[in-house]
Amino acid sequence: MSALVTEATILPNRPGLTGRLSDFLWKHPHVLLAVLLGPPVLWLGIIYLGSLFALLLQSFFSIDDFSGLINYEFTLATYRQLLSDANFDIIVRTVTMAAVVTLFSALIAFPIAYYAARYAKGKWKAVFYLGIMLPLWSSYLVKIYAWKLILAKEGILTWAFAKLHLLWLLDAWLSLPVIGGNSLSVSYTGTFLVFVYVWMPFMILPIQAALERVPGNLIEASSDLGGTPQQTFRHVLFPLALPGIVAGSIFTFSLTLGDYIIPQIIGSSRLFIGQAVYAQQGTAGNIPLAAAFTVVPIVIMGLYLWMAKRLGAFDAL
Amino acid sequence: MTAAVLFQNVSRHFGTVKAVDAVDLEIAAGEFFAMLGPSGSGKTTCLRLMAGFEQPTGGHIEIFGETAEGVPPYRRSVNTVFQDYALFPHLSILDNVAYGLMVKGIGRQERHRAAEDALAMVKLPGYGQRRPGQLSGGQRQRVALARALVNKPKVLLLDEPLGALDLKLREQMQEELKTLQKSLGITFVFVTHDQGEALSMADRIAVFNDGKIQQLGTPEDIYKRPQTRFVADFVGSSNVLSSATCARLGVPAKAASLRPESIAIGTSWAEQLSLPGTVTARSFLGATNRVSVDCGGEKIIVASPAAMPVPEIGAEVQLAFSRNDLHLMEDA
Repeated sequence: MSALVTEATILPNRPGLTGRLSDFLWKHPHVLLAVLLGPPVLWLGIIYLGSLFALLLQSFFSIDDFSGLINYEFTLATYRQLLSDANFDIIVRTVTMAAVVTLFSALIAFPIAYYAARYAKGKWKAVFYLGIMLPLWSSYLVKIYAWKLILAKEGILTWAFAKLHLLWLLDAWLSLPVIGGNSLSVSYTGTFLVFVYVWMPFMILPIQAALERVPGNLIEASSDLGGTPQQTFRHVLFPLALPGIVAGSIFTFSLTLGDYIIPQIIGSSRLFIGQAVYAQQGTAGNIPLAAAFTVVPIVIMGLYLWMAKRLGAFDAL
Repeated sequence: MTAAVLFQNVSRHFGTVKAVDAVDLEIAAGEFFAMLGPSGSGKTTCLRLMAGFEQPTGGHIEIFGETAEGVPPYRRSVNTVFQDYALFPHLSILDNVAYGLMVKGIGRQERHRAAEDALAMVKLPGYGQRRPGQLSGGQRQRVALARALVNKPKVLLLDEPLGALDLKLREQMQEELKTLQKSLGITFVFVTHDQGEALSMADRIAVFNDGKIQQLGTPEDIYKRPQTRFVADFVGSSNVLSSATCARLGVPAKAASLRPESIAIGTSWAEQLSLPGTVTARSFLGATNRVSVDCGGEKIIVASPAAMPVPEIGAEVQLAFSRNDLHLMEDA
């Protein structure tokens, strides 16, 4: 008979420690899980959430105006300060910018994501991913300074407008209150453009992933049942892509809320939340107020997710 | 009377692949029509041409006398039951069924009442508030049927709708579909690769292969009088006898088909034809025994009733069959 038959039915233990370890972990799979999950959970629990909690705690302390020292007694004084006119302006400015950036990112990202999910095949899919990811490989600062040059009064954008005899359009836009300014690089419009550019991949990729999961025959079914392309978009495609849009908007919204470099380099000199946090914990030394400022995005994101859930954004998950 | 669906020389080519190649087809109103064929034979593409998901690269299509090429799916009163049902996962069963009425602008109350009625018709009353994910395969199939029928289509297209169901459920649904079609009087066009399903349900069958219709006729026609070797083999795995074997039987023909169940082993009457052979294999299939017999180099399959004794492998036997069961074919 063949050699296979003469061997034992139950093979002997593999030699050495690894053999015994394999057997042990096979019998106790939860031990393996604990070993694998322990370090990251400890990291997340203690270092990440712990420091976040410590930061939040700071916001309930206050600073002594006279000595500049932190007064470790629970008080809402810092929050009163946060809601003062000057600081509240910063919050409104940042949240408005984040909302507008998110909305436009979604509007621009959707067709790109739709094309990538529905039509791009093989080589074109690779081109798509490369096109989306390539900007992420270069330094964030380099990109922002490049944009500063593009948007400057002597920059290529002004030049292009001039060549197209559309300078009047640019000037008209820049003369608008609030969103205008001396040039694009020192206006809110400039800040907005750079935000949209920098966060775009974070909006495209989740929408593309969501659209990729929508079976093509649902689109056909809607059309078959009499749905025009517009109705199919509204009743089938959009609701099914919504989890992706919400995921993308969480990125663009929270990243805009927290960023302090883009508004510092491009835009008017008025502060955004990130810059306020940076200034308060640094030069001003007002850690409690800096902490209170960081609470704002957390609360806003919490409200946003709660609303998205109420509106049924996650029903299709 | 105008045909429900008319294909005149219709082709659909994908690059060099001729998915549908110069097909002529006429489906009568109120007919239960089956398109039968192996995968890649063009039957599903034909269905998609009727639904409007595909546009023909050549030829002319009419639905109830109206030109259909260039008309988008949403302007055709044709509805489809998809192979994997394609229910909207984010909508309740009621809203799924009411979808077609909703996009046509019918009020909530009215369309929900119509959807409830449609659900009752497919024996799923009271399931409206569930989600597609909470239903079994058979139930989803019924919802897909209700969702199509609620629109009162002129033609209902069914793309292998029973493929994912288990045998028992499939047989039950076959019967229900047939009853439903008769009571509604709607033209059903049914795509399947299951010859049993096509034979038992359809009024007429078109057998597809390589983008062309091989044979079109009633189930009995297709089964008893296959015109080509492909049809003989695909529908009921008929034996195809070569011209040499035909000559031995004294029947001059290029080829002839012979159904496995029309052959008896060992008994031959005077008016019957007979062939000697050697048993090479046998297997028990429940109601019948499948016996392979080598008749002078030609392998012939016999479906012998289970009650009959089965010869051992290697036994010399006589195969007997009536001349009427031997169907001569044009094509070798």
